[in-house]
Amino acid sequence: MVTALLALPLAALADPGHVHELTPASADTLTVVGPWELTGLEPSRSGFMFTRMEVTQTLLDVDELGRLRAGAASSWEVSNDQREWRFFIRQGNRFHDGSALTANTALVSLQRALSTPGVLQLAGIDDLYAERGAIVVRLRKPFAPLPYLFTQYSTQLLAPSSFNATGRVTAIVGSGPYRIKSITLPQMFETEFAETWNGDAPAVRRARYISVSRAETRALMAQSRQADLAFTLDPPSIRRLQRQQGVSLVAQNLPRTTFLKLNAAHPFMRDERVRRAISLGVERDGIARALLRDADLGATQLFPPALAQWHQPALAPLRTDPAAARALLKQAGFTPGADGILVKSGRRFAITLYTFVDRPELPLIASAIQEEMRQIGIAVRVVVGNSSDIPAGHRSGSLDMGLVARNFGTTPDPTATMVGDYANGGGDWGAMNWHDAALDAALARLATGAAPAAQQADRAMVAARLQASLPVVPIVWYRQTIAVSSRVKNVTIDAFERSYRLSDIKWNP
Amino acid sequence: MESLTPWIDTARRWSPLLGRRLLQALLVALLVGTLCFFMTRWLPGDTAFRIAAGRYGYDMVDAAAAEAVRAELGLNRPALAALTDWWGRLLRLDLGLSLVTAQPVLTEIGLQLGQTLRLSFWAVLLSVLLGPIPGVLAGLHPGGWFDRATLAFSVMLRAMPPFVLGLVLVLVFSVELNALPAAGHVDHGSVALPALTLAIGLAAVSSRVARDAMVAVRGSAYYAFALTKGLSPWQALIRHGVRNVGAPVVAYVAVQLVYLVEGVVLVETIFAWPGIGHALVHAIFGRDVPMIQGTALVLGLMFVLFNALVDLACAAIDPRRRPQ
Repeated sequence: MVTALLALPLAALADPGHVHELTPASADTLTVVGPWELTGLEPSRSGFMFTRMEVTQTLLDVDELGRLRAGAASSWEVSNDQREWRFFIRQGNRFHDGSALTANTALVSLQRALSTPGVLQLAGIDDLYAERGAIVVRLRKPFAPLPYLFTQYSTQLLAPSSFNATGRVTAIVGSGPYRIKSITLPQMFETEFAETWNGDAPAVRRARYISVSRAETRALMAQSRQADLAFTLDPPSIRRLQRQQGVSLVAQNLPRTTFLKLNAAHPFMRDERVRRAISLGVERDGIARALLRDADLGATQLFPPALAQWHQPALAPLRTDPAAARALLKQAGFTPGADGILVKSGRRFAITLYTFVDRPELPLIASAIQEEMRQIGIAVRVVVGNSSDIPAGHRSGSLDMGLVARNFGTTPDPTATMVGDYANGGGDWGAMNWHDAALDAALARLATGAAPAAQQADRAMVAARLQASLPVVPIVWYRQTIAVSSRVKNVTIDAFERSYRLSDIKWNP
Repeated sequence: MESLTPWIDTARRWSPLLGRRLLQALLVALLVGTLCFFMTRWLPGDTAFRIAAGRYGYDMVDAAAAEAVRAELGLNRPALAALTDWWGRLLRLDLGLSLVTAQPVLTEIGLQLGQTLRLSFWAVLLSVLLGPIPGVLAGLHPGGWFDRATLAFSVMLRAMPPFVLGLVLVLVFSVELNALPAAGHVDHGSVALPALTLAIGLAAVSSRVARDAMVAVRGSAYYAFALTKGLSPWQALIRHGVRNVGAPVVAYVAVQLVYLVEGVVLVETIFAWPGIGHALVHAIFGRDVPMIQGTALVLGLMFVLFNALVDLACAAIDPRRRPQ
């Protein structure tokens, strides 16, 4: 009876001609769903969506292994003093409005990127101008990872017609294989093949991106074949989709690590043995298996395998050994109190762990760590606040311990990120009050490109120092899993999350 | 002049009621906006960091970026100055700019309100189709099997939270039957499931109201007289029953609009419907104070407006309710 009552009005709203088929709007359109909302047209805000959907280009691009390759710029060179870089704009490229992509038109976007918070702030840029078909960047001091900054979405190139008289972005006119057909902020935009594209014509001629904030809904859209690609799935949905016909799952490790940020100036945690004990107390495999439902994601070091140049397979992996942790703490002068919590010099080992909800797994992991720390005699109070608590606590020095997820793939070479996070005492999203002269020197060499031959050794040394001294305690790595409709094939995931590679996708016959 | 007299008379009779509603709207605007302002100020965490995180991603934000946002948006102004500024702009019908998207709040709300009204329209329409008809039928035979069955279904459906109901409907109509889109707002028929999720909650109670009203009408002297004077049960129902059942059902729908307003917030999030409820949730996460104030204000005013419309509808159905 209820079904009949429900079915009656639905008949009026449903599409009677497509009861067992996809809705007409998506029949020849590839539908991508993800959690990210379009919070505007500014490249610094939602620009990543336009690069991922291949509407816009950046000066440079990277390959599977994170190695630089040409983008809108065909080549690049650096002066002998390493302070002047030239990026030569490829000839013959056009924006979607038909105008030519030249050094002068590219400069408009890059100067805007330089004036907003973003990766270009990391480089110490003194001057940025166009000269003889090239973008010229003058630096205050050498900065070897500079080209990688020009692969990041906030440096995407827009046509001059994208801006109004006051310089605000009013339209997205890019130079990629797809052009914008329509945008409905904040939820969706549609694209179609751009005739101005001078590369190979893609098989997918139309695509659309829909922002869907809930992971369950994204999975259901894939399950009902409304979505062709559904990004960022939650573990229960992944398990359900594994048994679903017409949908396959594609996974890729991403360069993101969840770790405990420790205040190395804390009276107890300034002792390296205590930090090692905390690390030994963390049950990484259990957290990965029970909370992320993926046993392979337990971190053995800070850098995940997705960061091929930084991951050190030879490094002794982090391990779990609560008995060894208790022994180390005893060695450091702690004795168990009446309630089992350790005490030293009359002070109880009770600390506060801050985390936030921007990544939904963090509060769950924090609860697991709370229990694991209790088992080795450390009382942890978990505060689930918002992401500002971490940098604010870092600045004020009030943070004991923070649980954060750090994306090392903001630019394909994380050197700039590492310098900000670990050199000279640490940064908001890295070490806190922790100093290591050898690591500082190695990061400085990597940043300036002073010793090209020793770069691999320097990276290995940085990884080893972090593993030994543990200013941050790695917990788990991250894997992106997407649901792929059987309508399409040749789907791959970009580990650096720069592109959905729609132009590589083919329709299944 | 004489031709205007009836209009003037009508306006005079209706003006106290409409004046009360207008005053209510003003009070709601002032209260909702002010409460939202203080509630967002009292939320833990640094507003500048949250807004910067909404713009650039949380781990792209450091203290310098947050300070830049703070300076740009004047977030370090005293609370009273910011509140006075908001009141002043409210009087000029200027709700300011979204702190996250930098678009005028009024423009954003205009787009989102259209989607919410579209959803609400279908929800109310479906609820009117789904609720009162079985209610009236159940009221014709109180205590019968149909009455007991609709009671059980009503209790079950009203007790079910909208997000559970929404997921069940998606599983049935999108995943199993592949008949309707699971989410979004552009595909054909995409309004069906979110509207139905809201409508079922509304219909569950309105069917019981209709049932009770029908029982009351059926036991009334005028209904018995209608049957005694020779009308068939069907004629008596249409001519004397439906109209008398209609007034309490419509009045109850007004009370239920609270459910609709709260349901919109949840249902829009579940179904990725870009309406005002969805915008409110995201504005709260992004600490976008002007958007929170603006959306809460519009939701509050919608509530007053719906109540006023229900007053008018009740007066249209029942002449005894018209102002004399």
